[in-house]
Amino acid sequence: MEKVKTILLSKSVFEDNDVQAERLRSDLQKNNICLVNVMSSPGSGKTTLLVTLINALKEEYKIGVMEADIDSDKDAVTVAKLTGVPSIQLHTGGMCHLDAEMTKQGLNGLGQGFDLIFLENVGNLVCPAEYDTGANINMVILSVPEGNDKPLKYPLVFEKSDLAIISKTDAIPYFDFNVDECKEYIHARNPRSSVIALSAKTGDNMTELIQWFRERLSQR
Amino acid sequence: MHELGIVMNVIEQVDKIAADNNAQKVANVTMEIGEVSTIVPELFLDAFNWAKKRTDYMQDAELEMIIIEGRTYCQACGETYKTTEYGKKCPHCGSPETYLLTGDQVIIKDVSAVFDEEISE
Repeated sequence: MEKVKTILLSKSVFEDNDVQAERLRSDLQKNNICLVNVMSSPGSGKTTLLVTLINALKEEYKIGVMEADIDSDKDAVTVAKLTGVPSIQLHTGGMCHLDAEMTKQGLNGLGQGFDLIFLENVGNLVCPAEYDTGANINMVILSVPEGNDKPLKYPLVFEKSDLAIISKTDAIPYFDFNVDECKEYIHARNPRSSVIALSAKTGDNMTELIQWFRERLSQR
Repeated sequence: MHELGIVMNVIEQVDKIAADNNAQKVANVTMEIGEVSTIVPELFLDAFNWAKKRTDYMQDAELEMIIIEGRTYCQACGETYKTTEYGKKCPHCGSPETYLLTGDQVIIKDVSAVFDEEISE
């Protein structure tokens, strides 16, 4: 004889991941490691920005990089070549985001002794925002060609971020991008977010970003 | 693709529940999905029906989705309003000091499973 029974759960799909992320975050804090989750669209200039930032900070801090992509190891190779810091590639196996478990495995693969680790999440403004990686700092990059309305269209990633970067400001003359309006949209979603507009290519305003990280790291 | 990632997560959890409870198979999964959770129900269902074929217990499982309306609370005037119509700004007093009360959830509410009566009792 068969019978049907209903098992009540009322459990958020993200609950297991949230618990694991919280555990990872407290482990990182205990070990004095700052993990930065970098989120953005594909082609926003994440890799170029990270290379510039890492080169500015690598004498002061022991830095590592984890590059997450659906496939290929292009970014990990590029970052390692241009900065000389340890870098590993994580493959999400078709998934559009990283979760806390994948992040933890990546950290194990990267090894010990780091002060600052950048996690370059999969290029996507939707899914990475829903899955807490356990990072201590969440950062989103929005590039000028994408348009200044993106904080309205993809609010969650801006709500979750401690720092929003408007990148490729050197391209402003060619696009209708209103920096002030963009900052307003970001702050409407998240009043606590720092916002820095810069160009990694020309170096314009990069010092503000470097200083932001120095301050955050001194508060560890 | 976005929906598929979440579906994979759901399926993994439900399949494990079925195994842990010694069920024969899963007949039905009920989920609560918020209107502003960024999930498109039609795509979620498609992804579910694709992914269930790759499980041990969920080959014939049906997905039921209860859509939860997005409601936002205004801290300035204490009113609530429909999020999808007015967004972040309160339509009663114009204040942006608002927060989402409900409507962003993605919850597995319950799982109906088929059991062999002699074993389960």
